[in-house]
Amino acid sequence: MRIGIIAYQGSFEEHALQTKRALDNLKIQGEIVAVKKPKDLQDVDGIIIPGGESTTIGIVAQKLGLLDELKEKINSGLPTLGTCAGAIMLAKDVSDAKVGKKSQPLIGLMDISVIRNYYGRQRESFEATVDLSEIGGGKARVVFIRAPAIIKTWGDTKAITKLNDVITMAVENNMIATTFHPELSSTTAVHEFFLKIVKK
Amino acid sequence: MRLYEISFYEVEQFFYKLAELRDIIKDQGLLTFLPEKQSYDIIQGSAMVKHAFPIFQKGGVVMDVTNVTQAEIAEDAGATAVMVLDKLPYDVRKSGGVARMADPKIIEEVMNSITIPVMAKVRIGHYYEAKVLEALGVDMIDESEVLTPADEEHHINKWEFKVPFVNGARNLGEALRRITEGASMIRTKGEAGTGNVSEAVKHMKIINSEIRSLISMSEEDRMKKAREYQVPYQIVELTVKLGRLPVVNFAAGGIATPADAALMMWLGADGIFVGSGIFKSQDPDVRAKAIVLATANWEDPEIVLEAQKMISESKSMMGIDIKSLKPEELLQVRGQ
Repeated sequence: MRIGIIAYQGSFEEHALQTKRALDNLKIQGEIVAVKKPKDLQDVDGIIIPGGESTTIGIVAQKLGLLDELKEKINSGLPTLGTCAGAIMLAKDVSDAKVGKKSQPLIGLMDISVIRNYYGRQRESFEATVDLSEIGGGKARVVFIRAPAIIKTWGDTKAITKLNDVITMAVENNMIATTFHPELSSTTAVHEFFLKIVKK
Repeated sequence: MRLYEISFYEVEQFFYKLAELRDIIKDQGLLTFLPEKQSYDIIQGSAMVKHAFPIFQKGGVVMDVTNVTQAEIAEDAGATAVMVLDKLPYDVRKSGGVARMADPKIIEEVMNSITIPVMAKVRIGHYYEAKVLEALGVDMIDESEVLTPADEEHHINKWEFKVPFVNGARNLGEALRRITEGASMIRTKGEAGTGNVSEAVKHMKIINSEIRSLISMSEEDRMKKAREYQVPYQIVELTVKLGRLPVVNFAAGGIATPADAALMMWLGADGIFVGSGIFKSQDPDVRAKAIVLATANWEDPEIVLEAQKMISESKSMMGIDIKSLKPEELLQVRGQ
């Protein structure tokens, strides 16, 4: 199994370690590769879009011709885990809590509506406990850093966890979006859930 | 892509243990200046929240800006954050006088016009500039030697704040002292406003070689080093176990071209601060894009070449040779 991680910017190293631990827990043989150019996407069985700045990741991916290729692969079923900035990249509808609509290069395939910087600025970033029992995990302490919120889902999308009635994780077929950071948490439940989708 | 042995969460458990020790002392009434302990379910401004923020800056470029127009250029170019200043380091150098924090009105204007994080600088040891910026809601505070120090002896106790701090360092001792004081991110000091990357290279190499030498030392020698650095021995051991600084480390000071940025990433920086290099050049918008591209793709010389071709050397900032500066004109020696 080959898991690719978009590695321009953000928490890609943290995702790599968490993916490795999840592979070990599930006793799956696997390889983790950095994805930067379109050719890095060949033979990848699943892709992770890490937390970071969605504008930066989008701009660089577009410049290197990766964005369209990625869009096509995800559209045709490539299992994808997008955390925070990654969830923004996946969403069909994106706006910013303060600045409103702003154009930025995105993937836009998942039936979710996302508001950037929903909880406020870094001063309002927080750690909290989320319940991952829906995907076979337990309660986990996670961080929300200038996090977005999934305020609406439609179509086949299913809300997995909520925090005070705001959706923090959603799944639609091959796509998983989280607004928190499982890669900075002690739990590997989200990564294991993702790897199980890849394995199918 | 680097693969570490210890996860972010495990590093944070270590910092919480240190904080617990402080809380015990505080509960006994021996310390009074620490913030209230929070025990409810949702916690803002904790060590984990502050240390997490710079993780999402990694591989990115933070750009110095002085107004909304420059901030928008930075955002459109793919900067991960902007640093708002009153004057760019090059102009601080030219104008002399006391350099202070930027005008809050301008910082606020920038905060209201872009979606990426906004950082701002305070003078070393100036608690109240920091309190003001925290009240304003900036995403990160840079306690910076580029401004005139307010306290020649002490830095700010950053554990008192909910906003994360970034501090400059020229060597491992300085870096670990700042982390012990609560810095969430370190940057090399370099020599700001010169367009000359040599000092940033020097500082990054010193930090790397000091970490390597710690790793090869016996435990008792490490204990001696901790005393020499004036930091808890535990931070030294954590650094050895990680093989790197326990927080995100960026390069800063004199970076002016895509190749400069890629060089610093190659030396092990997690990302880049660009000061005068962009808005003191004659091609700021293209140069900003090129530096972002080179930083994110530093492992690939072909892409860095492409980035380098986007800019023109004749439009780079003029630059100042460090050797031509008098000792009293150096910014990096402020605040050790």
